Amino acid sequence: MTAVAEHPPAKDVDADPVLKVDGLTVEIRTITGTVRAVNDVSFDARRGETLALLGESGCGKSMTATALVGLLEPVADIVGGTAQLADVDLLGADRKKRREIAGTELAIVFQDALTALNPLYTVGTQLAEPFRIHHGMSARDAKRKAVELMTRVGIPQPETRLNSYPHQFSGGMRQRLLIAMAVALNPSVLIADEPTTALDVTVQAQIMALLRDLRAEYRMAVVLITHDLALVAEEADRVAVMYAGNIVETGPVAEVFANPKHPYTKGLLNSVPLNARRGDELKSIGGTPPDLHAIPDGCVYQERCPLARDICATTRPALDSVGSGRKAACHFPEEVKNV
Amino acid sequence: MSTQLELVPVKPTTAIVGEPDTDSSRKGSKWFRLLVNDRVAAVAAVVLGLVFLTAILGPMLVGELANHIDLDNSNQPPFTLAHGWVNILGTDPLGRSMLARLIVACNTTLSVAVPAVVISAVVGSVIGMWAGYYRGWRETVAMRVADVIMSFPSLLLAVVVLYVFSPSAANIVLVLAITRIPVYLRTARAESAELQSRLFVDAARTFGASAQSIIWRHVLPIVLPTLLTVATLDFCYVMLAESSLSFLGIGIQPPDVSWGLMVSQGRTYLHTAWWLSFFPGLAIVITTVSATILAAWARIATDPGQRWRLTVPQKRLSRFTKTAKALP
Repeated sequence: MTAVAEHPPAKDVDADPVLKVDGLTVEIRTITGTVRAVNDVSFDARRGETLALLGESGCGKSMTATALVGLLEPVADIVGGTAQLADVDLLGADRKKRREIAGTELAIVFQDALTALNPLYTVGTQLAEPFRIHHGMSARDAKRKAVELMTRVGIPQPETRLNSYPHQFSGGMRQRLLIAMAVALNPSVLIADEPTTALDVTVQAQIMALLRDLRAEYRMAVVLITHDLALVAEEADRVAVMYAGNIVETGPVAEVFANPKHPYTKGLLNSVPLNARRGDELKSIGGTPPDLHAIPDGCVYQERCPLARDICATTRPALDSVGSGRKAACHFPEEVKNV
Repeated sequence: MSTQLELVPVKPTTAIVGEPDTDSSRKGSKWFRLLVNDRVAAVAAVVLGLVFLTAILGPMLVGELANHIDLDNSNQPPFTLAHGWVNILGTDPLGRSMLARLIVACNTTLSVAVPAVVISAVVGSVIGMWAGYYRGWRETVAMRVADVIMSFPSLLLAVVVLYVFSPSAANIVLVLAITRIPVYLRTARAESAELQSRLFVDAARTFGASAQSIIWRHVLPIVLPTLLTVATLDFCYVMLAESSLSFLGIGIQPPDVSWGLMVSQGRTYLHTAWWLSFFPGLAIVITTVSATILAAWARIATDPGQRWRLTVPQKRLSRFTKTAKALP
């Protein structure tokens, strides 16, 4: 706790990261060649804190998550990097070790709650499964735990609903069930892969409130994967902005959003329709992300960047420090505010 | 903040449709209710039950009557009590009672067909699910072996094996089981390969379920209804295959008798004594149709998302039925 005193945190956050990802690189084999879907991604997550992985679809944020939980399809390979979860080497762990930490140390909440639940089992049976696997509990004890969990995640009348099937729940309730299953074994890191994308905004707010409470209660590190800027602004403590498989900017959310140091972040923020009036043209970032088969040699963002110069086409900028706790991969971080 | 957590607000938007907690006896009555609601399936279940009861108790009741030869009464037509109630279904060319022979044959037929189907279904499904779940070399090996078995004419295989070894009931079961394994293997593999990429299997992996428990708890229950349907259809095939073997003289050996053997023996008398082939044929049809209907019911009853179909009146199941009252 002395370390915490040296860097006084705003909240109850550990100083040392529980999950440390360093240089994670994932390649996908395709017929037309190998594609680098995640390139040299590094981040860390601390207990009691939410880290957001922000990016548009196809930028590699979900691929990062699947690589960490070990669910990559056979066509994808982890070709470099390390991931350290507490004292376990995630990428080097054998199958037995993986099973041990699955659920107890590392858990994931998927986006599509209906397909993530087995349609043939009552939710009570499914919620009891983690306890039965890891603690060898009897069916009755595990069921009682399931009721506790359902109460905790705010499902009304858990004793009755225990015997319902997934299709008998609404989308929001299903997401609560998934979250309950994920936190059942008190993991240290919870990866939430677009947990609210399929939900309407009121339910989304409830789910995020639930995640926030559970994070404090279980002192988890939450890795929130999303494309929703508003969600990041409200929920996350730190953000890592991804573009075409690379992290282009990272830092505390308030600072990154107030004063972005990468033109992509700036472009995203400019695209938010604030004070837009009927008939106004909405701002957007011109162009499309690069084809992963043909990522340019220099900066990944050069084709859409208003600041692009000669050096951007030849040299890829490193993710360098641009302030306390902040990094950006741009040759001209100080000019971004003029964009 | 860390001690006093706000409760997450919950909007009561979801109807409470959960079923109350059931103990084992009430679960039994639930299945019974579902069966009674589907009249056709209930009849099929009763018929199948009777067939199995006949197979078990019949030989004890009828005893030696099935082999009692009475040449004075050969080829008597059915549906007359002139020759005693035992001969109500007629007699065969040796004057033996058709009814008694059908009852004894029921036992023989089922004791060949049921083990053959069960063995091939269990072995094929287990290998199929295992191969489909892991993919890779396991899948390749299993599928190529299945291809080899399938490409070899099963009847030829049976003929060879049964000529080399003695044509006993156990050998017939074994041969029929081996030749039918690929059917289940391919079905189970295809479904298992698809299921292992589903998100709920991934979810089970993320909290540490082992491969065996995933296959047992997440793959098998979903594949089972399909396999059950395949098995009932195969039940019919196995009975007919057994009759083909019996026809060739390498199946059930007289004086033992099976339905298939009775059909083939009666074939030569079709123009003079139709009942010799008709009744055993009818028995095969009734048994297989009942099994198929019951399998269809089981498929719906075991699917939580489809189960409601068995709880509403049949005519409401069509979207085209007018349920609203006609306007005045």
